[in-house]
Amino acid sequence: MATTMTVDEVKAIEDRHPQIFQRPAYKRFWPLLLIAGTVLYLAYALWFFSLPQVLRESHWERLPLFLSQWISYDLQPEFRLDQPEITPKYPRFSALGENPNPDWVTKNPDSTFTVRIDGDAKSVTFDKTRAAITANGVTVPISLTSGKPVVAGPVPDWVTVHDDEIVAKMGFAGEVRVTVDRVKVRKRFLGWANFVFDTRSPFFGKPAGEVISLILSGPELQPGTSNLALAADNIWNNAQWQHGDVWTKLLQTIVMAFLGTLLGGIVAFPLAFFAARNITPSGVLSQVLKRFFDFMRSVDMLIWALFFTRAFGPGPLAGSAAIFFTEIGTLGKTYSEALENIDDKPREGVLSTGANGILVQRYGVLPEVVPVFISQTLYQWESNTRGATIIGAVGAGGIGLKLWEAMRTNSNWANVFYMVLLTLLVVFIFDNISNFLRRRLSRTLHDYNRLQAERG
Amino acid sequence: MTSATLHSDATRQQADAWRRQTSLRRFYTALGVGLLLVAMFATMWFADEANAGHFFDRLPHILDFLSWLVPKDWNDVWRALFDIASPNDKGTQEFNFPLGRVYVWGGFYIPEYFELMLTTVNVALVSTFIGFVFAVPFSFIAARNLTPNPILRLVVKRFMELLRAFPEIVIAGLFAAIVSIGPVAAIIAIGLHSIGALGKLFYEINENIDMRPEEGLRAVGANWFERVRFADLPQVLPNFMSYTLLRIEINVRISTIMGAVGGGGIGEELKLSISRGFGAKTLALVLLLFITIFLVDQFSAWLRRKLVGEQAFLMSA
Repeated sequence: MATTMTVDEVKAIEDRHPQIFQRPAYKRFWPLLLIAGTVLYLAYALWFFSLPQVLRESHWERLPLFLSQWISYDLQPEFRLDQPEITPKYPRFSALGENPNPDWVTKNPDSTFTVRIDGDAKSVTFDKTRAAITANGVTVPISLTSGKPVVAGPVPDWVTVHDDEIVAKMGFAGEVRVTVDRVKVRKRFLGWANFVFDTRSPFFGKPAGEVISLILSGPELQPGTSNLALAADNIWNNAQWQHGDVWTKLLQTIVMAFLGTLLGGIVAFPLAFFAARNITPSGVLSQVLKRFFDFMRSVDMLIWALFFTRAFGPGPLAGSAAIFFTEIGTLGKTYSEALENIDDKPREGVLSTGANGILVQRYGVLPEVVPVFISQTLYQWESNTRGATIIGAVGAGGIGLKLWEAMRTNSNWANVFYMVLLTLLVVFIFDNISNFLRRRLSRTLHDYNRLQAERG
Repeated sequence: MTSATLHSDATRQQADAWRRQTSLRRFYTALGVGLLLVAMFATMWFADEANAGHFFDRLPHILDFLSWLVPKDWNDVWRALFDIASPNDKGTQEFNFPLGRVYVWGGFYIPEYFELMLTTVNVALVSTFIGFVFAVPFSFIAARNLTPNPILRLVVKRFMELLRAFPEIVIAGLFAAIVSIGPVAAIIAIGLHSIGALGKLFYEINENIDMRPEEGLRAVGANWFERVRFADLPQVLPNFMSYTLLRIEINVRISTIMGAVGGGGIGEELKLSISRGFGAKTLALVLLLFITIFLVDQFSAWLRRKLVGEQAFLMSA
């Protein structure tokens, strides 16, 4: 039933609701102004950070490469062609250990070598005079006799011909580089290499079943130590993944957040009573303490971290101290605000019985605010666990510094990802502990908030 | 209630029960506090053990450490802040204040540290903007009362949680290798984190709205976008703004730290200055940073109070 309103009806509605239809101009236009201001600011930011130039000069093609390195590793055998006999050479600290003899490198009866990068579909076969690269269903023959590598026939787009080198890219699987005197292969594997035992370990390269039976009942691999102790030591001191160091640093980060928050809470607790307007014995003291809290908060955690790193040397002590000082400010402020918002009646009740100052606080104030205090402290603890990671990178110890170092070398993204996963796990666990504890408190808090809402 | 007379036995029993309960509770409280104290001293020992310098070895030298901070000439602090040539300049980096001037036109310049502070603040503002723009639509999708599809909701929620928990430093490091080291990498890192942090707060607000306007709009046949725009958004926008302002305060701090690990801005300069022991420069930087953060906090608190009243400062459970 479509009805159209007459002009009079429209006008009647407008007259009935003037606060909607006849709002003052500034109220009607402030959203528009806000949006215009934001757009102007963004244009300025674009210029300020010279974003077009930065984006033009950025290397987005590296992103998938880096991301793939998080969950994979590569092996790079090199074959010298200018020596009497062709032998594969692996870089030092290769993931294959000291005696690499992978089944994807084969010496054929006619003394050519074949390296299978992705089965037979992506492979390279070569001897000293010629090479043949196979990928995407095409075989590209290369002649090596004329002083530089020459492709016979058409060049597909996955092969790049340089002056003295031919590069064949095979996507995620790897790549082949051919010059007249060497063939270099990069083969990529999914997963983390040697995550449990590194190449120096006597357990290296053994299947899981054999390792377990060795640990349970095998002869001592290193006389004098049980196999279990040896295996644990090998895992803890894995040179490639540094489990021991990573876990210790992780514990440092956790400790920094815990200690900093706890000490901050302990110091802030008595101070908050003197800062709260309704409890303090002196208004001047309240103001001084509040400005002190503001000061501790506004001198950034970074500044405290840098100072304490200089004073105590890098490490978790500096990090804990930085969080401690910041938390005095943050917790002091929230504690005193909570105290200022309490219901005064229980306090008056206790006061009327003639109790002294401390008893009034203990029985008239504390029961009301302790759940709020604990909840706030837990919340800060949770957020500091996350924050301690960053603060570590400036030298305050913990996993942050280790992460930053692993990234700066730009090569060890798998290690970075391992540490990220551990950090995520820790944050997840601590979020849940904190949430669980705060839910337990939330009934009390609910009453508190209801009281607050009633007071307006 | 007709217990005019109290049997002494019943009273005693009650009193005993109460005493037992209280003593049990006292025991648990003492146990909890005791465990906490043990944990505290254990972690203190651990932190001290793992640190490069130890607490009690270094404590007597704290004052030595402060001595480099005290400039010989207090006027150098102002000179460092405003890039005015110092008479103490002997060609070292400690007093080369005018070198940092950023000339805008002619003889008019912005002092180096103000320029750096501006970079840090801009990083915080732009990344908060990124966070806000993405967090708003995500929060509507993640809210139980607005999006009936549980799978979509779960995916968005988990995604936001991941963004929130992912260490910013790794995102910054990753993008430093892609867009070059500097403020843009910091913006991306802090922006992504802000999406997660704001998104979580926003969808919790969305789940607590009054649903009657939404039902009204549904009754007249409004689609999802119209319902969100006209029923939900007007209710939540002040709270969204309040949390965004709070986020700006946090992001200014994070972007300072990001600066110290290569994200550009004032953090980098501060780290250099402290590690080299330049007293006047350090004091100038700390002063500038302190004033900026203080002003940002005060301004944000004032605006939040205007937007949502005292509710902005209420405890949230």
